[in-house]
Amino acid sequence: MNEETIEIALTVNGEQVTHTVPVRRHLVDFLRLDLNLTGSHLACEHGVCGACTVRVDGVIARGCLMLAVQANGADVVTIEGLSASGEVADLQKEFETRNAAQCGFCTPGMVLTSAELLAQMTSGGGVPDREVIRDHLSGNLCRCTGYQAIVDAVEATARARAGITMGEGA
Amino acid sequence: MSLPDGRANGHADGSGGGLVGKPVARPNIRRLIHGRGRYTDDITVPHMLHVAFVRSPYGHARINGIDAAMAETSPGVVRIVTGAEVSEICKPMHAVAEHRPGHKSAVQHMLAVDHACYQGEPVAAVVATSRAEAEDAVDLVMVDWEELPAVMDMMEALAPDATPIHPELGDNLCYQHVTDTGDAATALAAAAFTVEHEFEFGRHTAVTLEGRAILAEWDPVEERLTVHQSHQSPYQMQDIYSRHLGIPEHKVRVITPDIGGGFGLKINVHGEEVAVVAIAKMMGRPVKYTADRLESFVADCQTRDHLNTATMGVDANGKITSMDYDNTLSVGPYTAYIRFGLAEGMMAITCAAAPYALTDYHARTRVAYVNKGIVGMFRGVGVPVGCTVTEVLVDQAAAKAGIDPVEFRRMNYHRDEDYPLTTVGGYAAKSMSLHRCLDACIDIMEYDALRNDQAQARENNVYRGVGVATFVEAAAFGPVYYGPSGARVSTQDGCTVKLEPSGVVRCMTSVTDQGQGTLTGIAQIVGDQLGIGMDDIDVISGDSSTTPYGGGAWASRGMAMGGEAALQAGKALKANILDLAASVLQTTPDTLTLGGGEIRDIATGEARMDLAEVAKVGYFRQDTLPAGVQPELMVTRHHVPNTPYYVANGIQGAQVEIDVETGFIKLLGWWMADDCGRVVNPLMVDEQIRGGIIQGIGNTLYEHSQYDENGQLMNATLADYLLPMAGEMPDIKIAHVETPLTSTELGANGIGESGTIGAIAVLWCAVNDALRPLGAQVTKQPFTPEHILDVIAQAGRGCHPSRLESPV
Ligand code: FES
Ligand code: FES
Repeated sequence: MNEETIEIALTVNGEQVTHTVPVRRHLVDFLRLDLNLTGSHLACEHGVCGACTVRVDGVIARGCLMLAVQANGADVVTIEGLSASGEVADLQKEFETRNAAQCGFCTPGMVLTSAELLAQMTSGGGVPDREVIRDHLSGNLCRCTGYQAIVDAVEATARARAGITMGEGA
Repeated sequence: MSLPDGRANGHADGSGGGLVGKPVARPNIRRLIHGRGRYTDDITVPHMLHVAFVRSPYGHARINGIDAAMAETSPGVVRIVTGAEVSEICKPMHAVAEHRPGHKSAVQHMLAVDHACYQGEPVAAVVATSRAEAEDAVDLVMVDWEELPAVMDMMEALAPDATPIHPELGDNLCYQHVTDTGDAATALAAAAFTVEHEFEFGRHTAVTLEGRAILAEWDPVEERLTVHQSHQSPYQMQDIYSRHLGIPEHKVRVITPDIGGGFGLKINVHGEEVAVVAIAKMMGRPVKYTADRLESFVADCQTRDHLNTATMGVDANGKITSMDYDNTLSVGPYTAYIRFGLAEGMMAITCAAAPYALTDYHARTRVAYVNKGIVGMFRGVGVPVGCTVTEVLVDQAAAKAGIDPVEFRRMNYHRDEDYPLTTVGGYAAKSMSLHRCLDACIDIMEYDALRNDQAQARENNVYRGVGVATFVEAAAFGPVYYGPSGARVSTQDGCTVKLEPSGVVRCMTSVTDQGQGTLTGIAQIVGDQLGIGMDDIDVISGDSSTTPYGGGAWASRGMAMGGEAALQAGKALKANILDLAASVLQTTPDTLTLGGGEIRDIATGEARMDLAEVAKVGYFRQDTLPAGVQPELMVTRHHVPNTPYYVANGIQGAQVEIDVETGFIKLLGWWMADDCGRVVNPLMVDEQIRGGIIQGIGNTLYEHSQYDENGQLMNATLADYLLPMAGEMPDIKIAHVETPLTSTELGANGIGESGTIGAIAVLWCAVNDALRPLGAQVTKQPFTPEHILDVIAQAGRGCHPSRLESPV
């Protein structure tokens, strides 16, 4: 018996995409296998690690917990699109300077998750303190870094966006 | 934390250098941050097939037959390959350490043939046009299993009446070893007092975020193999594929692209990965396999799983005189190929007591075969165990002697004037900086203030603990260690440095980088030798066909070995460049130097010509050179240590709070003072330390691969196997004591494992410190809330698990 498939139409990183996908294919497999967008990673396919984080209709989602067919009509942004947009260029620069990525496998998810917190801040949330940043990132597993550099990078970006410079030892 | 500009460049004034010692950002981090990494599973090639494995559902079973008929008709399936078919074209593994008399291990097929010895052991492969279709068909492969009794408990496995897992071995004893230095029994009997404790280290696993992955391509026309693999050593795997599959080595190319975490896991040889290569050869088509999370839990090499008891003797002056240490561990049903899981036990008993000047030591390790996953290499290899056993006993002895644990350590460390020395466990140490590291750590943690805080907290009925632990890490193992073992482990590393015609430089190194920053360090070192900046250097690594032969990444060796090779290669290229420039400038090379991308006059600093001009003459205008001048603008150097390993050391400090009602542990503060020799890049070193510490915390507080009595792994998902997340982890403050190694010109030592080793020990110490007023001490990791409540309850009933109060 051949797989049941469905045609979906959606926007991925600003481009219109129409594709016939197996109904059981999850969103990240669709992005990776059908669109060759390999920046979104899979590390548990269980909703725990956050490596598969993508933005769907403006909110971050676990791409492994969502079927591709559920994204029909949606606006999906992956790390590739987010990077190209320049929206998080400042955050990415902080990641680079602080070595907030080692193997980099968690990093696309970390960047998307951090971007959400930073966006909340711009829309009136204020500069998050370290505890808030740590809490916000607590759904994203990183096995290499000690998280501290990632928290530093997010904090520095938030402060810079708010016009505050990082103090010594922050 | 304010950082200097990450993209530091060489000094333009001609002094050359300026990169080593600076927190230079990694040039190769940007693609990862922008989602442009290229991991093995990201690579797709035409005509590619996918593999999913049929795995043993039992801890121990006989395979009486495999019926693939139904699976073969499943959509997308191209072929089912059994273990027996793989073994027809691929030699099995047999890991026997020639330097360990008495060590024995059974022959292990890449895929089990008739005997499966752990749950998840691969027994057959489904090859299909997609991974999903391959997985569908896995369920349709009918294996005629005959379940056998599983041997799960290491002590039962070693009992005289135990049934051997492999009848041909006679029993389940993999190996045992006794170390005797002095006369521990007599010294313990003569001690003013002794302390004794039990320590259980739960089995856990590496959990690299990226699962193991491999893409094998066999060209049947040229009979050439190309493998992309998520592995720490492309050279080791080239050797394995060549020997096991009978392919001439120069026709095997192994490429290790971006790797999503290694931690030692990806230096092991996993049979199913070799099977993927065998299948590609059988089929004449590219084949890809990526381990999913469930497969990673059941079939990745695992680690730890030790039971220990140890006793320490102290004299009337508070001097540690002696130690008796009994270690038992289980390594699964086979000795891991090619590096021997028994190393976990050997490292534990060798590193124990290393910082201390005791004279009498008796230790035994016994290694048992059981029906659990195979124990391979993982960050720290046994050292966290020996280190923890020692540090906990030292704290208990200090408490019993009524001496502050920091002071007690100072009293008992080797004295600075006593080096070189051999520790009681057998480490040959040229020097250690124990006293200086202790001072540095005490200073940054503000130890006295923490003790005051602890006393105040106690008055409010809050249980806080302060731990200080000393660690010694033998890094960068050399040929003295692995040579006699018979294992084909390369203990040297190499670097090629090439001047390109435009005056920029390419380095090809045998060390690999899974995010440690090693390649950045190599660029810094070469840049300083050649007087150029980071923008003018590219480092290539992870291709067995184009880079110098070497070890890859293991045993914290990247900078110590690969860095030294890079330094020597850079230096040699500099000499060649100056020779050539001297011919052009009609002077002698000793009047010239390199700096800021220019050939400069040493005396005046004046720029005479730039690197591009030298390269132009060397590559295109040799006609302008005097007859007989042969430009050599590419140089290779290798480094092999003349010692068994380099000894690094340091101290960690931790402050914890225990909720005695719930058993939860809160981490309040963390500090480390390390000495890893010359620090090439403090940013990379600090992040290695932090990442290592968080792993150590995870190992100690959360991680546990729990098997039931039938060999079923009970928690093989990320939801059930707990790991450290950002919310619970502390910020970590670091100080460096820098004692450059004298055995190399670079002077860098290892750092990759120090964080993990020390974190485990210091967490045991800090938690015990918090529990000490209750008369309780932890005895097993992970420290679950249940365990904390148990030891408190036992202490309340007057039964001290630590036997701390037992009279001598
Ligand atoms: S892969 Fe989606 S949460 Fe882990
Ligand atoms: S950098 Fe490797 S998992 Fe986060």
